[in-house]
Amino acid sequence: MIETASEPVNRDTHDPVLSVRNLVKHFPVRGGGLLRRRVGEVHAVCDVSFDIGSHETLGLVGESGCGKSTTARVLLNLLPATSGRVVYEGKDLTRLSRKAMQELRRELQIVFQDPFASLDPRLPVNEIVAEPLRIHGLYGTDGREQVRDLLRVVGLRPEHGNRFPHEFSGGQRQRIGVARALALRPKVLVLDEPVSALDVSIQAGVLNLLDELQEQFGLSYLFVSHDLSVVRHVADRIAVMYLGRIVETGRADDLFTAPAHPYTQGLISAIPLPDPRKERSRQRITITGDVPNPADPPSGCRFRTRCPKFAEQLTEGQRRRCIEEIPALVDRGQGHPAACHYAESTALL
Amino acid sequence: MTAAAGETVLEVDDLRVSFPTDDGVVQAVRGVSYRLGRGEVLGVVGESGSGKSVMSLAVIGLLPGSARISGSARCCGEELLGASDKQLSRVRGRRISMIFQDPMTSLNPVYSIGYQIAEAIRAHHDVGREAALEQAVELLDLVRIPNPRERLRSYPHELSGGMRQRVVIAIAMANRPDVIIADEPTTALDVTVQAQVLEALDTAQQQIGAAMVLITHDLGVIAGHADRVLVMYAGKLVEAGTADDVFYAPRMPYTLGLLGSLPRLDAKTERLTPIGGAPPSAVNMPPGCPFTPRCPLAQQVCEREEPAAEPTTSPDHLAACHFSEQLEGREPAELFGAGWRDDVVVPGAEQREEAR
Repeated sequence: MIETASEPVNRDTHDPVLSVRNLVKHFPVRGGGLLRRRVGEVHAVCDVSFDIGSHETLGLVGESGCGKSTTARVLLNLLPATSGRVVYEGKDLTRLSRKAMQELRRELQIVFQDPFASLDPRLPVNEIVAEPLRIHGLYGTDGREQVRDLLRVVGLRPEHGNRFPHEFSGGQRQRIGVARALALRPKVLVLDEPVSALDVSIQAGVLNLLDELQEQFGLSYLFVSHDLSVVRHVADRIAVMYLGRIVETGRADDLFTAPAHPYTQGLISAIPLPDPRKERSRQRITITGDVPNPADPPSGCRFRTRCPKFAEQLTEGQRRRCIEEIPALVDRGQGHPAACHYAESTALL
Repeated sequence: MTAAAGETVLEVDDLRVSFPTDDGVVQAVRGVSYRLGRGEVLGVVGESGSGKSVMSLAVIGLLPGSARISGSARCCGEELLGASDKQLSRVRGRRISMIFQDPMTSLNPVYSIGYQIAEAIRAHHDVGREAALEQAVELLDLVRIPNPRERLRSYPHELSGGMRQRVVIAIAMANRPDVIIADEPTTALDVTVQAQVLEALDTAQQQIGAAMVLITHDLGVIAGHADRVLVMYAGKLVEAGTADDVFYAPRMPYTLGLLGSLPRLDAKTERLTPIGGAPPSAVNMPPGCPFTPRCPLAQQVCEREEPAAEPTTSPDHLAACHFSEQLEGREPAELFGAGWRDDVVVPGAEQREEAR
């Protein structure tokens, strides 16, 4: 049987289960010639640090190419880190041997974005969910019963276990992915855009399921998503990424009611609200232009090339600081850290 | 503007589209009617497979030959369904133009964007190359592309996704069409870029006074841009009305369910209320209301009779539900609060199992 967490679920406890410190990931850019010489580097993740508490959901948000998925993969050692540490139960995951890492994978699991690509089409659902148990030698005499329990837990009928992935809808497939991730009773679950491929009416069911599972099993989530509305719904704390760096982080409510970084403000303004009257009368901070090339990021503050504050409000002297000095991610009196020299809270919703 | 306000520029009547396949006939669109007034923005919302894109492709005559289409679609009085290729080429781009989701595949990678815009203009107007390129500069400026004159010589791969979609919008606007059909115009873009492109689309649409059919799955985009809204489900129009009608007084359980399953940016929601189950398969659709298996209000009559779209709170607010009056003042959580488990299996799987 599947045990539930015995201690009371308290999302405000802040002893971190997992700590990420100064994580850096560079990808080489190679030339097109025969030698494929290294011609540059893409700075996908740059000096990223955060903690995930016990039973807590940390939302990692940003637009495509900001490094959020790379962060998730480096964190699970699916990609080697260039530098930095990922500490889980006193161990630095980036330095573990392959064997030691495999042991630890029981406790750190991932659910991928595309439920059509992440399930083996030739395996029946029972086998998909049983696979992690077999790999870790845990599929004993009660294996079958464990799989049935897991399917029940994610809201699927155990009788359907001998069907193949193509016989299920997108939402149901994503539930299968969640059941597989839960099979080894992990402590930390990385959810990489788990609902982005689903229609809204289906997405809501999966979000509710994740919420219930967290309560039931006392899981910690790293929820990676580009959808701020979804993240606001699920996350206790949020980290906003832009071009490889965390630009603002804080409790979900604080971040939405009083965003301090111009990028966060622009991101919140850009999301259309499903409410015609509010949508028509909204105050907006618009971001212009596109994300710069990550192989050649701007000096100083990486957001300055698109920053409305930089363009409209700052004096020449203030701008020089944005160009020359990388803003630290610290609290400048807004109640939560923001990586902007001139951070200022604004109410936008 | 060529005609008075209040005039209808696009009139679709009982449009039906089906595709014969090996598994049976897929009924993608099952009798949709709507009218689009000059300068109006009509939002079409629905989930994947609801028929919203097929409906528009049928109107502009871009469906494959295997599609069976019936009904009528008139643009400024001219019938488009069944029209010859020659007739259609006169209408496409001139009276109706289309903006697709993916700007990389809707632009030709081997021609400069200046050439492609000029081509669109010269297809319908007898102007020289130089004059067409002059107009192209104005169009690029209209969709807020910086340094439009230098951009004329750029190729699509040199532009970002947002810039490419602006070029596609410029091409769609080139001949000042009466109707623009925008099929998920910003779905492939990031939110900050989406906001910019929607703004460019808005400005351009207002400047040339075109009416627009805005197809999207994003209720937020609809709320901000549409004057009227059509909600599609399983190839049918299930609700239609002004944006305020549909968002604040939905009269079809599906619409209410959609609103309840949306996580909101502007308020912390404790629990979402998903709609259980999945949309029906478009092959051999059963009789009755297609929403019946997922509907908390469903009665026996719903399985037998398919409700017609009838007026509810006002003559223009239509809903296709036998029990639409029961929805007055109801919250999504009251209706869909109970079951979160989607026990309903994909239709067809059951039979396949038996066949084994």
